[in-house]
Amino acid sequence: MPLPKRESPKGKRVSLFVTCMVDMLHPKTGISVVQVLEYLGIEVDFPANQTCCGQPAYNGGYHDEAKELAKDFLKVFKDSEVIVAPSGSCAAMVRVDYLNLFADEPEYLAEAERISSITWEFTELLVDGLGIENIDGVLNEVQSFAFHDSCHGLRMMGIKEAPRKLVSNIKNAEIIPLEGAETCCGFGGLFSVKIPNVSAAITEKKLSSIQENKADWILLGDVSCMTNMNTALEKKGQPKRVRHIADILAESISGSRAKREDNPDEE
Amino acid sequence: MKNNANQFIQSADEALRDPDIQKAVPYGTKLGFDKRISAMYEFGEEHGEALRDEASQIKRRTLANLPALLEEAEKNLLKNGFKVLWAKDEDEANQLILEIAEKHQVKLAVKSKSMATEEIGVNESLEAAGIEVVETDLGEFIVQLAEERPSHIVVPIVHKTKESIQKTLEEKAGMPPTEDPLAMTRFARAYLREKFLKADLGISGANFVVAETGSIGLVMNEGNGRFVTSLPKVHIALVGIEKVVATLSEYATLTQILPRSATGQTITVYTNLINGPKRPHESDGAEEIYLIFLDNGRSEIYQSDYAESLACIRCGACLNACPVYDVTGGHAYGWVYPGPIGSVITPLLQGLENAHTLPYACTLCGLCKDVCPVEIDLPHFLLNLRKDVVQTQKGNWMWSAGIAGWAWIMKHPKLYRWGGKAAARVLSWIPLKELPAPFNAWTDHHTLPTFAEKSFTELWEEHKEGQNE
Repeated sequence: MPLPKRESPKGKRVSLFVTCMVDMLHPKTGISVVQVLEYLGIEVDFPANQTCCGQPAYNGGYHDEAKELAKDFLKVFKDSEVIVAPSGSCAAMVRVDYLNLFADEPEYLAEAERISSITWEFTELLVDGLGIENIDGVLNEVQSFAFHDSCHGLRMMGIKEAPRKLVSNIKNAEIIPLEGAETCCGFGGLFSVKIPNVSAAITEKKLSSIQENKADWILLGDVSCMTNMNTALEKKGQPKRVRHIADILAESISGSRAKREDNPDEE
Repeated sequence: MKNNANQFIQSADEALRDPDIQKAVPYGTKLGFDKRISAMYEFGEEHGEALRDEASQIKRRTLANLPALLEEAEKNLLKNGFKVLWAKDEDEANQLILEIAEKHQVKLAVKSKSMATEEIGVNESLEAAGIEVVETDLGEFIVQLAEERPSHIVVPIVHKTKESIQKTLEEKAGMPPTEDPLAMTRFARAYLREKFLKADLGISGANFVVAETGSIGLVMNEGNGRFVTSLPKVHIALVGIEKVVATLSEYATLTQILPRSATGQTITVYTNLINGPKRPHESDGAEEIYLIFLDNGRSEIYQSDYAESLACIRCGACLNACPVYDVTGGHAYGWVYPGPIGSVITPLLQGLENAHTLPYACTLCGLCKDVCPVEIDLPHFLLNLRKDVVQTQKGNWMWSAGIAGWAWIMKHPKLYRWGGKAAARVLSWIPLKELPAPFNAWTDHHTLPTFAEKSFTELWEEHKEGQNE
C-alpha cells in the first residue's frame, strides 16, 4: 500500500504525540523533544487526552480494540497540522498501520490517510521534513555514540541517516559504528512476554554487540527497545548504556546555550 | 507429515538449550545472509532491486492467471510425453505414488531434495509398503540417517555441526572414522552411487514448471538430481501447483534470483530443464515421467487474502534473516516449513487451529520482507493471521482478557493517568526484583522498568506554566 503523500511541515505548528511509554516511563525524553523543537523556533502543542495509539492491540491481533484506540487518536489530533512522535514504532503505527486497520472502514480511512500524511518520527521531522541537520549543539566534553536502528523506524519509516546526521553535527560528539546495528533487539512488544526465552536469546546477542562496543552511549529513537535493552543490561548488573537521541540533542543545546552565555562574543 | 506447530514455545526452549543448534544455526544463517547480499547486489543495489521487482511481477502475474497456466502446462507436458496427475491432498498424492511404484514393481526409490515430498511424508508411505527410499541430497541423506527432519528449506542440516554429521555417518552408514569434510562427502558419494545404479524409481520435486514449453526446471548443486531424474526408468516429480510459470524467459529471470537469494550463488552448479521422457534416439533419461501437481491446501490459500504467499520460490532467505529462526533453528516450527514463510503458510496449509502459535513467533522486525526475492509482505500476513487467531478465538483467553482490560483503560484518559500514578506509587513501595508466574516472563531476563514519578503530562503543565511566568 503506498503511503499518503506528505506536504512540507515547514512553518507549521507541531503537535506532540508523546507515546504512552514516554509519558509514563521516560517523560523527560518528551521534555527533551519539546526543548529541541522550541529551541529551533517551532511552536509545539500537546493535545490533551492522548493515550496510546493502539499498537500493542494491533500487533497482538486485537484489531477491534486497536480500532477503538485509533479512532480516539484521530479525534485527539484532528486539529493538528503536523504530528511528531519520539518513536519510530509508534509513528509507524499511525503512518503505516492505521491504513491497514481502517482499510475496510471508508468513513475513517480518509481521516486516517490525512493523519498518516502529517505524522513524523522526531529525527525524520527535523532532517527530512524541516531540513535541519545541524542544531548547533555542543557537548561539555567529548562523548562517543553508536546507533541502534530500531526495526520499525528503519524498515517502516526508512529512518537511517537522520539521527546520524543530527548527532554527527554536535560539537564534541564522536560516532562509532555498532556491529549488527540493524539487528532486532528481540523486544517485539507482547512477543517479549509471550515467548520470553526466545526474546531474551535475541536480546542476548544484541547485548553482546553492545558490550563489545566502545561508545559511551548507544543511541536510538524508541524507548521500547531502549527499555528492553537497558533493563536486560541492568539485570546482568551492567550500566544502562542505551539512550534516546532526543535526550542527547537536548543536552547539546543546553551546552550550546551555556557556551553562548560564557562567551557572548561567539554569537 | 506430523505437525507440532502449536508446541513452538516448548520446542524453542529445547532448541535454546541445544548446544549444536546454538552453534551451527547462527553460523549457517549469517553465511547465507551475507552471501545473499553479495550475489544479489553483484551489479549494484539498483540492479538487484530491479531483479526483485521483475521476479515479484512475474509471480504476481502467474498467480493472477494460475488456473489457465496450469491447463496450458498440462497440455504441453502431455504433448512432451509426461504423464500428468493431480493430487488434492497428502493422501491422494501418496496413493498415486504407491500405485506407480506398484505398477513398476519398485524396490528402491532414490530421491532428490523436495519440500513438497516432505509435506506429504512420502518416505514413510513408501517404506510402509516395503519400498526402500534413499535421500540423495547430501544434507537430506544425513537427515534421513539421523532419523530427523530437514530444519531449513535450502540447507536441511544447518542445525548440525561437523562433529554430529561425522557421528551420524559413522554410526548409521558405517563410514570409516574421519574428521575431514571432503572425505565424508566422498564417502557419501560412493555410498549413494550404488543406490543410484540399483534404483528403479527416482522422485524429485521441481522448482518451476514452464507452461509454454511443457518442461520442468530443477536447480541443484550436487548433481544427485540428474541421477535421480535420468538413471531410474521411472521418474516422479511432485510439484506444488504454484510452481508454474508462463514462459521460458520468466523461468530465466527466476533462475537468476533463486540461487542468489538461497545460497548466494549467481547460478547453481546444475540448472536442468526436463522436456519429457527419453526419446528413441536418446541414450539416457527416464522412460516414464509422472508429474503430480499437488494442491494440499493451496487452492484455498489462492482464494483467501493470503494468495500472495503462493508467490514464494522457497529460497529460504527469510529464514536466514529472521532473528527468531537464528536462535531456535527450524525444528521448533513443528512442521515442514520453518521461519517467517513457515509461520505464514503452516497455519494456512494445516489449519489455523493447528498452528496458531506460529504467527506470534515473530518480533515484527520486518527484515524478512526486505530480503524476500518476490517481495512477499510477510509481517503484514503475520499480523493478519494474528487477527484471524483472535477473531476465531483460537488464542489464549487470558491474553484476550488482558488486552481488553488494557484497551479499556487506554480508552479513558483519566483512568490511564490515574493508573500510571498508581503504578508508579505501588512499584516504589514494593521494589520487587522477581515477580511470580506468569509475570516472571519479564523479570527472568530484565529488571522491572520504573514508572516516572511525574508523567510527561504533568511535566508539560509545569513547562507551560514556566513559559507563562
